[in-house]
Amino acid sequence: MREDTKTLTFAAIVCVSCSLLLSGTAAGLKTRQQANEAFDVKRNIVKAFGIDIGQMDRPEIESTFEKHVSEEMAGDLPIYTWTEDGSDQPSKYAFPVSGKGLWSMMYGYLSLKADLETIAGISFYKHGETPGLGAEIEKSWFQTQFTGKKLYEDGAATEFQVLKPGSTLGESSVDGISGATLTGKGVEALIRKDAAAYANYFTSIKGN
Amino acid sequence: MASAAKKLLMDPFSDNNPITVQVLGICSALAVTVKVDTAIVMTLALTSVLTLSNLIISVLRNVIPSGIRMIVEMAVIASLVIIADQLLRAYLFDISKQLSVFVGLIITNCIVMGRAEAFALQNPPKDSLLDGLGNGLGYGIILIAVASIREFFGFGSWLGFKALPENYMGNGLVLLAPGAFIILGLLIWGQRTISKYVED
Repeated sequence: MREDTKTLTFAAIVCVSCSLLLSGTAAGLKTRQQANEAFDVKRNIVKAFGIDIGQMDRPEIESTFEKHVSEEMAGDLPIYTWTEDGSDQPSKYAFPVSGKGLWSMMYGYLSLKADLETIAGISFYKHGETPGLGAEIEKSWFQTQFTGKKLYEDGAATEFQVLKPGSTLGESSVDGISGATLTGKGVEALIRKDAAAYANYFTSIKGN
Repeated sequence: MASAAKKLLMDPFSDNNPITVQVLGICSALAVTVKVDTAIVMTLALTSVLTLSNLIISVLRNVIPSGIRMIVEMAVIASLVIIADQLLRAYLFDISKQLSVFVGLIITNCIVMGRAEAFALQNPPKDSLLDGLGNGLGYGIILIAVASIREFFGFGSWLGFKALPENYMGNGLVLLAPGAFIILGLLIWGQRTISKYVED
């Protein structure tokens, strides 16, 4: 009996000290972690607007975001707008895109130019694709291809395509990644799905 | 340094390497070795967890009730791993994103539990600390070796710096898990040939 009490007391002490230690750490680091996550979102929105963030440091990206980007809601869909210095009309619009890749979900942002039809830029910030193959979606050679492609035509989403590398490209298609066909199919599907979801919103603001 | 202490610290680098000789911790050696920077951060995370868990368990070794010995070890290891993960998220956000679940999976890394059971439970704190440090770094040196080969042939760079001409076509095989297996196999072969270690 004495032995049992000792065991239970020991277990209780271990539990309490571990939980105190962990909750202390979590509470102490929380603000910093949230700031990191918030910054990661901002960085990727700025990148999706077609801004080259390669040489920019954190404060520069933060201030670019504060200065040019504002967030709106279109019903329950989030929209980010980009306004140039000295203008009061947004010149670019971005929205989040997400969908299944080969291994797990891919998340990113896609932006449109002022004509509300042409893509201004795209970025992917979270995915689990194979490094060196599917993970090329985060590389600039893949992302810059999207700039200038048509996402909407006559108020409806185009049949956007990610084709086999080396195919003849049309107005709404980009080269895929060799060795990562399924990732490319995933990108194609997520662009079509989210473009369709936002089609009504862009048609409605176009009338104004 | 006294020779016993030196042996504790240095043995895991070659003669008793956790990866190439004991064949522990293979999962993360395959998963986080695509680039050198992630391999280095993983090494630091595992080494700190292993050193501290060895130290704590060794300090507690005479008071841990034998019935709940392993549960206590797990609680200590898991707490340390969560703290390491939280710190990475707060201070090395980009790398922690790349390492994703693998920091959390240090909890199940056989090296940590293995050293706690096989060494820290029988030895005084100072020796256990050196054993943890040695094994963590011994694990790390293999991780960094594998990552160096993979990053060099896969991306033509080392630690992010271009090592090969811009037009180098990356080798896709070394970036995939099978490529890591092959490299690790060659390393184990090489290391065992040099140290003349033979499996009984």
